[in-house]
Amino acid sequence: MTIGLGHYLTVSAIVFTLGIFGIFLNRKNVIVILMSIELILLAVNINLVAFSTHLGDLVGQVFAMIVLTVAAAEAAIGLAILVVFFRNRGSISVDDINLMKG
Amino acid sequence: MIIATICFYLFSAILVASAVLVIAARNPVHSVLFLILAFFNAAGLFVLMGAEFLAMILVIVYVGAVAVLFLFVVMMLDVDFVKLRSGFMRYVPIGSLVGLILLGELALVAGAWTFAPEAASATQVPIPDSAQVTNTHALGLVLYTDYVYLFQVAGVILLVAMIGAIVLTLRHRDDVRRQSISQQVSRRREDSVAVVKVPTGSGVS
Repeated sequence: MTIGLGHYLTVSAIVFTLGIFGIFLNRKNVIVILMSIELILLAVNINLVAFSTHLGDLVGQVFAMIVLTVAAAEAAIGLAILVVFFRNRGSISVDDINLMKG
Repeated sequence: MIIATICFYLFSAILVASAVLVIAARNPVHSVLFLILAFFNAAGLFVLMGAEFLAMILVIVYVGAVAVLFLFVVMMLDVDFVKLRSGFMRYVPIGSLVGLILLGELALVAGAWTFAPEAASATQVPIPDSAQVTNTHALGLVLYTDYVYLFQVAGVILLVAMIGAIVLTLRHRDDVRRQSISQQVSRRREDSVAVVKVPTGSGVS
């Protein structure tokens, strides 16, 4: 039995769902929510690379690289905001993030 | 071929297991370590798919930079993580409901989709034969020519992220004594040393 596109898509779907699940499960902990977002982006990357190799098109890998860049930038900014928030409020609980009364 | 199959199942099983542990671990430090494990196994999957360059980039960027950044932040912040986990079980039903709905939708998509007939002819950049041109070489040939604007936009995004992170976290503390070189250099003898004639029996006030 050879490993085809469907196998990779299944793995990526499972990881994506786990990322979404993690956001709901750790609703108070911003750090774990950020990690769940990283998992989601990882699943997207697996999808892009799987389609890239299956269709024989290199552009998918270029796209995966851009997604990687955006993920790194997002993690850096997100953690910086988290650190500033912790300095101001002394907590990172999502329940406390209501300064804008949103 | 059988080795590739075994490797695929090994990598994906560890990937899924560590993804579960990322969201379920009690200690966020363990979450970060399992995230690193997940990234390593995703890199293994990328190698299996023939995208070696992306696999190495994943290890370097994600494990070397992003996950370590997470680790720093988790260890730096003095947070009561036990309190943050309160209500963890309360969110399991709604979370699993959403997750199951999403998984069901993805399964429906997986059961019904087909390739468009023109998909095979829509290939922009065919992957060259890996015996002649390596994956890294092929990516470089594309990235710096056809997709150079995309590449530069990625650089600008990283620059903005870097500046943003510095601006957000830099703070000027007034209670720290810093070295002021110009002040040191411009110091004169008359300002700092004084010859005082001390009369006998009385000290210097």
